[in-house]
Amino acid sequence: MFETLTDRLNETFARLGRKGRLTEQDVEDAMREVRRALLEADVNFKVAKDFVAAVRERAVGQDVLHSLTPAQTVIGIANEELIKVLGEEGQGLRAPDRPPQILMLVGLQGSGKTTHAAKLAVHLRKQGRNPVLVAADVYRPAAVNQLQALGKQIGIPVYEEGTGRNPVDIAANALRFANERGHNPIIIDTAGRLQIDDRLMQELVDIRDRVHPTEILLVADAMTGQEAVNVAQTFNERVGASGLILTKMDGDARGGAALSIRAVTGVPIKFIGTGEKLDALEPFHANRLAGRILGMGDILSLIERAQEATTEEDALDLQEKMLKGQFNLEDFLEQLQKIKQMGPINQLLEMIPGLGAQLRQAKAEISDDDYKRVEAIIHSMTPDERRNPEVIGRRRTARIAKGSGTSIQEVKQLLKQFEEMQRMMTQMGRMAKKGKMPKGLPFNLG
Amino acid sequence: MILKFFRRKTQPDVQMEQGLEKTRRGVFLEITRLFERGALDDDLYEELEMLLIQADVGWDVSQKLVKDLQRRVREERIEDSLLARDILREEMIALLETASRNRTVKILQRGVPFVIMVVGVNGVGKTTSIAKLAAYHQGFGRNVLIAAGDTFRAAAIDQLKVWGERVGAPVIAHEQGSDPGAIVFDAMQAAHARGVDVLIVDTAGRLHTKHNLMAELTKLRRIMQKTVPEAPQETILVIDATTGQNGLVQAKEFADAVAISDILIAKLDGTAKGGIAFSVAKELGIPISYVGTGEKATDLAEFRPDTYVDSLFFGEGEGF
Repeated sequence: MFETLTDRLNETFARLGRKGRLTEQDVEDAMREVRRALLEADVNFKVAKDFVAAVRERAVGQDVLHSLTPAQTVIGIANEELIKVLGEEGQGLRAPDRPPQILMLVGLQGSGKTTHAAKLAVHLRKQGRNPVLVAADVYRPAAVNQLQALGKQIGIPVYEEGTGRNPVDIAANALRFANERGHNPIIIDTAGRLQIDDRLMQELVDIRDRVHPTEILLVADAMTGQEAVNVAQTFNERVGASGLILTKMDGDARGGAALSIRAVTGVPIKFIGTGEKLDALEPFHANRLAGRILGMGDILSLIERAQEATTEEDALDLQEKMLKGQFNLEDFLEQLQKIKQMGPINQLLEMIPGLGAQLRQAKAEISDDDYKRVEAIIHSMTPDERRNPEVIGRRRTARIAKGSGTSIQEVKQLLKQFEEMQRMMTQMGRMAKKGKMPKGLPFNLG
Repeated sequence: MILKFFRRKTQPDVQMEQGLEKTRRGVFLEITRLFERGALDDDLYEELEMLLIQADVGWDVSQKLVKDLQRRVREERIEDSLLARDILREEMIALLETASRNRTVKILQRGVPFVIMVVGVNGVGKTTSIAKLAAYHQGFGRNVLIAAGDTFRAAAIDQLKVWGERVGAPVIAHEQGSDPGAIVFDAMQAAHARGVDVLIVDTAGRLHTKHNLMAELTKLRRIMQKTVPEAPQETILVIDATTGQNGLVQAKEFADAVAISDILIAKLDGTAKGGIAFSVAKELGIPISYVGTGEKATDLAEFRPDTYVDSLFFGEGEGF
């Protein structure tokens, strides 16, 4: 929905480029675009302002004015600065001074605490630990049942006392329980609360003072707006947060809230929640989040999705076929289905950095229905036709069109496109043999 | 018997006013102070833009509001800053009202269940909002049935059942992991058989980027339409008031998938301003119809642009 920063900066500088030299005012215009990109990513207003000031200072120092690619230079600086603010990568969880390790999850309603308590348990068990989950949310209807159900699903015990007891006592009793049974770590799921709810905030303080958690993890929704700063600041001041878990990052939120929280509270980002499955918890990577906040696309996630959809052997096999010119419609169909598994085409296109104007064009032209049409056409061919499309004459074309519910023209078009693709591949194959393989193909399709 | 919906005005307004009280104490009160300070200079406009953005109104809409104000101040030669404030207020209300006009008058017909489908991303407060909607309709003497269509999230069904008991509305549910389509089908049958006035269908939270889950919503609609061709008569998207600019993308994607008729802004009892309402109204023209303001089943109010904007502007609500 939002234009990317790369796009806007290119536009800004292109407009300026025509009149010759860039002036300081031009740099100001570029800074305005950086600020806008941050605000559209929900970075806090004040944080964005300070951040832009830092970028401006460096931009002036690096002489953006004389750069041949000013847009790239500005983005490069912004990206580096972002990574700096976002902080160190993959900080693990703190080790306790003396076991057990106690993790307490806090946050607003609906941020994903219960789900992430379970995800953390799965994550820690993978490291050979023996976690226990503690149901300390006695307010939300069925919150205890939810944690129990999750515990059952992942085979991790849940300590609960129903909803009749006070969460402070529950947490303390859970400690004793864990001690007796040798569970470590202890993961406490607390009720969601508004940061302005004094009574409930005090409850967190009481739990903290009773069980002395190793980590107090603030769970925040990646979609949070400007409010993120107030929420994080209040939780941090009253209860003290030691780490942040940013949830729902599998959507398309830019996640600027994380930058605000980090900048204002200094609390390190520890994990990123990337899906509804209980193993969808990833360590935090500053460079990825930076790219996303700036709207630069997310090539790494794209590659990851591609890897999920295929194996290395398949990829090598395919490459071989492509280069030898043996790539047929059957392979094409298979590739199409793999791409489909990766998600809607528009979303995939958005992950590719720097597509800009072409992207909008492509988005207007390609829809997921196109997949279906192409699939239908290929499905209406005989196996022999798929392997040797050259046998398809006029009568076969008519039959295929009828069978797939498309027009003769559409079938012809597909065959023509495929032929061109094949020609291109053989050319590439020849070049590869001579050692002239063009570098910089964005990623291995499939 | 035909009942017109949304006629009752007084009580929901009082509630909206109360719910917004905390919100009002924040940013928007500062807007009033800003104008009371006097001079209509660049500083004022810059600060105004900042305050709007802090309320999640978003870059585009903030720019528009500030520029429109500047233009009118210039063209109408306004020097009184309080007059300028009133113009801003007008513009803000007008922006929301444009969308509100798209709100259709919904008619409740005897013998035909009025079906409400509630959708949204994870954690926005769908289930709680459903309980509130149930209580709201019961307040008009309507017979309400709830369908537990969230079969994905652990214990979502239990949560809904607890709410159902609290508000005294029966809940049609299968077990977790079952097909939501089957529940919707059963609920539609039950609504008919029991002569239910209003059927509220819960759905699992889903990110708008998960295309297969979005397609599932379309399927649920088709199942409803087999029994009642015009169902769902209301499709409500719940948006969390703390949501930032992604709220607009959410609204667009959900609207593309299932034709959202109304938006409910939940959790407006915190300090979040729900400013994304302006972007949604401006860009998509979908009416904001309800606001959720607390944790009780009665904490639901009809959204009214003037109440919303006024509550945020003035210490005392006007027109109540």
